[in-house]
Amino acid sequence: MMTPRRRERLLGLTALATLLLTPPLVLMANRIQGGIWLPIYVFVVWGLVIGLAAWLFEGHTEE
Amino acid sequence: MGSEWVLLVIAFGYLGLLFIIAAWADRRAFQGRSVIASPTVYALSIAVYCTAWTFYGSVGRAAEAGPGFLLIYLGPTLAMLLSPIVVRKMVRIARAQRITSIADFISARYGKSSGLGALVAAIALIGITPYIALQLRAITESHAVLTGHPDYAMVMDAGYFWSDKSFWVALVLAAFIILFGARHLDASERHEGMVAAVAFESLIKLAAFLTVGLFIVFVLFEGPGDLFSRVVASPSLVERLGLSAVPGGASGWVGMLVLAFLAFLTLPRQFQVLVVESVDERHIFRAAWMFPLYLLAINLMVIPIAMAGLQLNSGGDPDSFVLTLPLGAGAEALSVLVFIGGLSAATGMMIVETIALSTMVSNQLAMPLLLRSRWLRDAGSGVLARWLLAIRRLSIVGILMLGYSYHALIGDAYSLVTIGLVSFAAAAQFAPALLIGLYWRSANRLGAGLGMLAGILVWAWTLLIPGFARSGWLDDSFVHFGPWAIEWLKPQALFWLEGLDIYSHSLLWSLGINLALLFGISMFTQASPLERTQAALFTGAMAPHQFGPSALPRGKTPGGALRALLERYLGGAAARRVFVDHPLRNDDDAAPPELIERTEQALAGALGNASARVLVDSVVHGEPPDLDTLLGMLDSTQRILAMNRRLEQKSHELEEIGAELRSANERLRELDRLKDEFVAMVSHELRTPLTSIRAFAEILRDSSVLTEEKRAHFLEVVVRESERLSRLIEEVLDLARLESGRLTLNPQRLDLVTLTRHSVDALPSLHKTPDLELQLDIGVTEAMVIGDPDRLEQVIINLLGNAIKFSDDAQPRIRLFLEQAKRGYRLGVEDNGAGINADERERVFEKFHQIHYQGDGTVHPRPRGSGLGLPISRGIVAQLGGRLRVEDAPTLGGACLVMELPPAPPEESSGLGEGLPDPAAEAKAK
Repeated sequence: MMTPRRRERLLGLTALATLLLTPPLVLMANRIQGGIWLPIYVFVVWGLVIGLAAWLFEGHTEE
Repeated sequence: MGSEWVLLVIAFGYLGLLFIIAAWADRRAFQGRSVIASPTVYALSIAVYCTAWTFYGSVGRAAEAGPGFLLIYLGPTLAMLLSPIVVRKMVRIARAQRITSIADFISARYGKSSGLGALVAAIALIGITPYIALQLRAITESHAVLTGHPDYAMVMDAGYFWSDKSFWVALVLAAFIILFGARHLDASERHEGMVAAVAFESLIKLAAFLTVGLFIVFVLFEGPGDLFSRVVASPSLVERLGLSAVPGGASGWVGMLVLAFLAFLTLPRQFQVLVVESVDERHIFRAAWMFPLYLLAINLMVIPIAMAGLQLNSGGDPDSFVLTLPLGAGAEALSVLVFIGGLSAATGMMIVETIALSTMVSNQLAMPLLLRSRWLRDAGSGVLARWLLAIRRLSIVGILMLGYSYHALIGDAYSLVTIGLVSFAAAAQFAPALLIGLYWRSANRLGAGLGMLAGILVWAWTLLIPGFARSGWLDDSFVHFGPWAIEWLKPQALFWLEGLDIYSHSLLWSLGINLALLFGISMFTQASPLERTQAALFTGAMAPHQFGPSALPRGKTPGGALRALLERYLGGAAARRVFVDHPLRNDDDAAPPELIERTEQALAGALGNASARVLVDSVVHGEPPDLDTLLGMLDSTQRILAMNRRLEQKSHELEEIGAELRSANERLRELDRLKDEFVAMVSHELRTPLTSIRAFAEILRDSSVLTEEKRAHFLEVVVRESERLSRLIEEVLDLARLESGRLTLNPQRLDLVTLTRHSVDALPSLHKTPDLELQLDIGVTEAMVIGDPDRLEQVIINLLGNAIKFSDDAQPRIRLFLEQAKRGYRLGVEDNGAGINADERERVFEKFHQIHYQGDGTVHPRPRGSGLGLPISRGIVAQLGGRLRVEDAPTLGGACLVMELPPAPPEESSGLGEGLPDPAAEAKAK
């Protein structure tokens, strides 16, 4: 269920999510013109991370 | 709006529905057809994280603090991503150790310490009660909004508590929890009915929230485009969506993320659903993405609702936008649905939290006190079991009433979010002991306990007490100026730290001191043997086969005493279950260690690890093995292990030696074969001149009619062949010396330019060959190398001789060049002969190899050498640290042999003789 490869990917995904959802990347999203982009950015990243997690945990279990 | 009674009937009807669902799930569990054995139900039960705080408070926070509310859900998303690593480990430990709550978990990790368990239970009780109060308040407020009494304080002041609906909600919930959460004593058994009801409530609150969101976006506005174009048109609204609206800005963002991450894992109710109620650890993989998806879905509509509320209802309380917006639009049925959703969110949290807290209170606070009473300990079978159950039920009612009193007293001094975050920060104090204890073996009881204690004190000073001050209970001057005007003690700017929001500030200091004490004290104090065993079991939980019963040898006890203990505390059925695997013939027989362990585990499932330990110790007679015996056993085990390791190492070494021997043997065989070949070749080569010498000598002896001229010619042949023979023998000897390493060189500094000129002059065939054109290109004035002059001269002459032999017969031309190269000097000899094919270039250095082909592939008429010159030359050059090889002829187009020699070191060092790097020796060493 928890191969070393999957464990690595899992830690990688968590690190990626943390990076995308904390400053300074969040600060960059906040600078985009129009003002309503920060929440949109957060939701898009959030959805992306969930999608990747689903792919990671549901796909290729036989690996 | 409408009849207040209708609403009451709906609300209590909904609670009745929960009873039915829970009873149904319990019956199914009893029949062995569990409804909660599904990863989806597991994920939905984790969604108990979303309380009334989410349901009403998120909109309020989004309206006031922009996207900051999302952090409360992004933290758990990150935690859930890690759950297949972290939570799975906790689930596995909890299963093996029969853990009943987070207090039990931390107590068990640190040597089944009852003190630590009590501390965790007390912190949880203090920290979480306001959170329960918050749920009651949300129910009351939403009810008040719905029935048209938005001024809630007035309702509270005018009536008595029995006219307050939330009091009755609390009582109904107490009944529910007692029925489905504390029906039997074994708290580590799962509460299937409760989990099913909570999962159902998670669905209801999500559906209600999404429905009201869609209603607002598509009915009150013309879709999200319309809503957001209006938002963009209003700069004050846009500003609320940026980072500037988040308290504390970027640092507040990070602080809140960390807070939510830790609280998600340490809140008692989350620990309950994540770990204690987990049916199957494989469910975690599904929940790891499904629960974040739930969070995303329930937050999707928060910003649209907040923005809509700010535009349409700018005067109202943002916390109740979810209700006031549909009410304002006249959608009464929808607002009732919202009320039910809010009720789901609130009751779900209260049910799970109360079960978790009551287990802690009865097992970690009440039980250790009861066990001190001799009367209770000696009471007959079943008495204590009844007492315990009564305590657990009383504590359920007590906790809910405590929450109610807090709600009634503090009233509306806080917004919903504030109360929730204060509780989060309290729960986060468990994180160091819990998470670090899971991975760091040396973390010990003293460090964990003092860290937690200091952390919660800092929390109280920086968050709780200022909160009391703000609600008017205390004079709030100390918040602004510090106690006794000591500025650096100001609760919200401790040690002059300012610029953070109050939660990040509190978290930084409390967690900082918590961690510092945990690490510092653990590193400098010693843990007890039991604690070390538990630490090893916890940290190594994921290692395969590690989690067997921890068979620390205990003292002796008759099996009957254990049976009596189990019957007294858990009843006869439980005692029989334990003894099924360990049948005892006679009650006086000594119980095996496994049985003692099993008994302790069974007791731990009901009473917590610390109390179970005390009880079992009370019947285990005789000396438990002392530390020396234990260490002695450990020592002998380690000795055996070490011996094993040495044996393994030896056999490995033997294997290596065997392999070496095999390869040496192969090399010897190869050498033997080469030697045979060599001998065959040498004898063949020697026979050729010998045969002709003998033939001509016989002719000279036997025939007397030869002319003088012929005789002279024959003698000439004999002499030439003899010379060839002796040269051949000389070469064979050289080669033999070279190969056996006995060729002694006499290395000294010499000038290659002089040597080259000398060799050219000394080569007789140069002058004998007619028409030979020799070109000397010496590009350096001096080329100092280390070498044996005689041997080097031999090499140069050999190269020149070869060039002469293989140059064009009609118009022989050769060129010798000497030049400075990157590392030393290059001396090359090229000719205008047929050249050497690319595949022959290495083979010319093999012994007795003759070039039999010309460039056009025809067989060369005569092999013109012994075939040993080049191998010998190469050997000599190699011994001097240089290289000899065939290259493309740069100008003449024939063969070109190039010798490279390293330069001699500078004079002053070589003059001393000692320390002179000897290229010959170096080459030999290689």
